[in-house]
Amino acid sequence: MVLETPSSYSVVVESRPSAIGEVCRQILSKLQGNSFSEDDIFAVHLALEEAFINAVTHGNKMDPSKEVRIDYSVGADKVEISIADQGEGFDPQQVPDPRVGENLYKPDGRGLLLINSYMDVVKYNEKGNRVYMVRYKEKPELKTDIINRMNRGANNK
Amino acid sequence: MAAIKPRISVEYTGNATIVTFTDEKILEEKDIQALQESIMSVVESAGGGINLILDFCNVRFLSSAVLGLLIRISKRVYQHEGQLRLCNINPKIYEIFKITRLTKIFDIYKDLESATADLSEAG
Repeated sequence: MVLETPSSYSVVVESRPSAIGEVCRQILSKLQGNSFSEDDIFAVHLALEEAFINAVTHGNKMDPSKEVRIDYSVGADKVEISIADQGEGFDPQQVPDPRVGENLYKPDGRGLLLINSYMDVVKYNEKGNRVYMVRYKEKPELKTDIINRMNRGANNK
Repeated sequence: MAAIKPRISVEYTGNATIVTFTDEKILEEKDIQALQESIMSVVESAGGGINLILDFCNVRFLSSAVLGLLIRISKRVYQHEGQLRLCNINPKIYEIFKITRLTKIFDIYKDLESATADLSEAG
């Protein structure tokens, strides 16, 4: 499986949950600088935190000798982030849906759902120890979209 | 109002215990652990039938680890035959509750006034 690799910035940090803090500030600052909306910034922040925690806890299993590599680029219309750990990887298809049955009452297992919900593209490498995520900048609603929606509303009456 | 730990403030009204998160962002594992210890001790010290309201008025960002914390708190509250209500959740964070369908298992109120409105029976 070939993955797009955002190569503008690359950071390697230790396997400690709070180690994402500085990288996160840098990425969010670049999003602000590129006029991404508050919703975009919230979404990327959440996905970044969730993916990093997964890498540190599930991937590297908090092993202090292992590291997490974060590659990212922030452009005018999209942000790309990839997060790779040094763990054995996992199959995202095998992760249970946290919204179903007893899973709803479990305290964990919601990170992937949130990443998938808040990012426009989410891909894993074959091994499952690297996630690549993209969020496109929210576009202002076009006048034609508003007119089309009004027409649909009128037709439904 | 009594400050239990830096991460929450606790207010005891006639029929409810109101715990307000004081941080804007709740993310770090050690913070979540501290919150859990603080809130669990509030639940334990109240004995049975606590009406616990968690006020999110200051919270602008949280991660899925906080959702896990809320589930653990709710289980403890229900073990003690109490009630748990959440309020003042901002729209972006409410969206997280909707996506994860936790709106189905938590009683979520718009504000503190509505969360305390019909709690006169227990406490």
